[in-house]
Amino acid sequence: MNTAVLEIAGLNRFFGGLPAVQNVTLKVEAGERRLLLGPNGAGKTTLFNLIAGDLKPSSGTISLFGRDVTKLRTDQRTQCGVARTYQIITLFAKQTLAHNVVLSLLGLRKRRWNPFADLGAETALWERAREVLALVGLGHAADRPVLETSYGERRRLEIAMALAQDPKILLLDEPLAGLSADERFEVQRLLERIPRDVTIVMIEHDMDVALAFADRITVLQRGQIVVEGTRAEVVADPKTREVYLGH
Amino acid sequence: MKPSLLWVAAFGAVLILLPQVIGSAYYVNLCSQILIAAILASSLNILVGFGGLTSLGHAAYAGTAAYFTVYLSAHAGFGYLAGAVMAVAGTTAMALLFGLLALRASGLGFLMITLALGQILWGIAYRWVSLTGGDNGLGGFTRPQPFGIDLADPAAFYYFALVVFGLALFAIHRFMHSPFGQSLQGTRDQPRRMSALGYNVRSIQLLSFVYAGFWGAVAGLLYAYYHQFVSPHVLHLTTSAETLLMVIAGGAGTLFGPVVGAALVVILKNVASAYIARWMMLLGAVFVAIVLFMPDGLVPGVSRLFRRFRNTRRTAMKNTEPDAAALPPTLGKRSA
Repeated sequence: MNTAVLEIAGLNRFFGGLPAVQNVTLKVEAGERRLLLGPNGAGKTTLFNLIAGDLKPSSGTISLFGRDVTKLRTDQRTQCGVARTYQIITLFAKQTLAHNVVLSLLGLRKRRWNPFADLGAETALWERAREVLALVGLGHAADRPVLETSYGERRRLEIAMALAQDPKILLLDEPLAGLSADERFEVQRLLERIPRDVTIVMIEHDMDVALAFADRITVLQRGQIVVEGTRAEVVADPKTREVYLGH
Repeated sequence: MKPSLLWVAAFGAVLILLPQVIGSAYYVNLCSQILIAAILASSLNILVGFGGLTSLGHAAYAGTAAYFTVYLSAHAGFGYLAGAVMAVAGTTAMALLFGLLALRASGLGFLMITLALGQILWGIAYRWVSLTGGDNGLGGFTRPQPFGIDLADPAAFYYFALVVFGLALFAIHRFMHSPFGQSLQGTRDQPRRMSALGYNVRSIQLLSFVYAGFWGAVAGLLYAYYHQFVSPHVLHLTTSAETLLMVIAGGAGTLFGPVVGAALVVILKNVASAYIARWMMLLGAVFVAIVLFMPDGLVPGVSRLFRRFRNTRRTAMKNTEPDAAALPPTLGKRSA
């Protein structure tokens, strides 16, 4: 149980001369729920993009499940067991919800290279997609195109696509952003139901939900880690107040 | 599913009966030209329509295969079959090399590299006179006689082209709905999401590039058989541009769009040019009209008109208010 799922050492990323992530060293244990906090522009999403592989670090290393993945592409890291959601919704808009989840399921299967078979006839994939959609409360909307769904439904589809891959580590980038109070409650219940063999790193601004959910919290400011510890430690730390409220 | 299958059967029957109905060798030959152009446009559609990769150098594959097969069979002493196999294999290998180069860029950069590579081949065909015959081209080539059927007969050649066309369209139809084809369409719409889902976007694009090159080579083979001659014209930029025009005018990303586009361009080119000297202007005007009124192409545009017509008739017949569920949704803005 005491193995680090995600280990980041001395990570830097500069955009031109601007440091977006500076000397970040971080360790997330298996099954942990880690919350990343920080004001806008603190480098949280950049850190996610570095972990997922969308960005290459200027220096430093990233290890997943005890393996150095710094040089691996995004899709290779996904094959290792990383899944993520996007802050800005990134879906296949003209396709149905079920099709979106099927693409997610197909991504980890060798069959994705088959140019002759009929994807529509892969009944096992479509059935599994419907199961996953039912899990996030979208079972009734499986055959609707994404264009005809509400914002809240799209947020849940983002999560469904990540969960469909049975990831070992899940990166959630503001899963509650833009949701109504009812929808927040639903997504919160959904996140609580995710089994503990999935490690979760989450960026979220909704403090009520986020603090209740997290085991440990990392506070970032200007690309650097300011405070890190358990929920109680971080909330009690005067530096947290400083970051959020100024002096 | 059923009505569309009926349409395909009807379409196939018309194509099979066409030479009997037309009779005139000139028009049968025109139909053969349309089929060849349709195969080339359909192969480009793999890149443009399904992959979102706009290439302005697709004549390269048809042209190279045409040169190869004429050279190998008529000048290097290989048989028709060996020449054809080597031409297609060699051209497909070239597509792999070109794909590796062009896919280093995306968007406009990709387009420019495909254009440049195409121009290099045109330059070679034009300048390397000892090998290609330069501007005079390579001739001395006759149509093959598979299983004793003489393809010199226009109707026989038409059926030969029709069989290859049917195979190509069937393969591309399967490709379109296959896991791999759907992955390619995913990389067109959301490349970043696709790599986060575990897809290797570059490899998917490269393999599709090679596949498009393969069918382009097959079209080039037919081109060489049809004309029994090959000159730098086939490698010229205008051939690439015309092919792209066929795809866009007919409807990129649809199965039949490039076929309709090919028919439109070839007919305009051959029929209209008999009456109007400036037929290019007519082609331009038709293209502008299509872009204005049916921006996603003729096939999607006409099918939308057809659907709208049917819906209004149905509601008029029922004489009731439209079902609330059928109304366009007000919720959910377009995602970025």
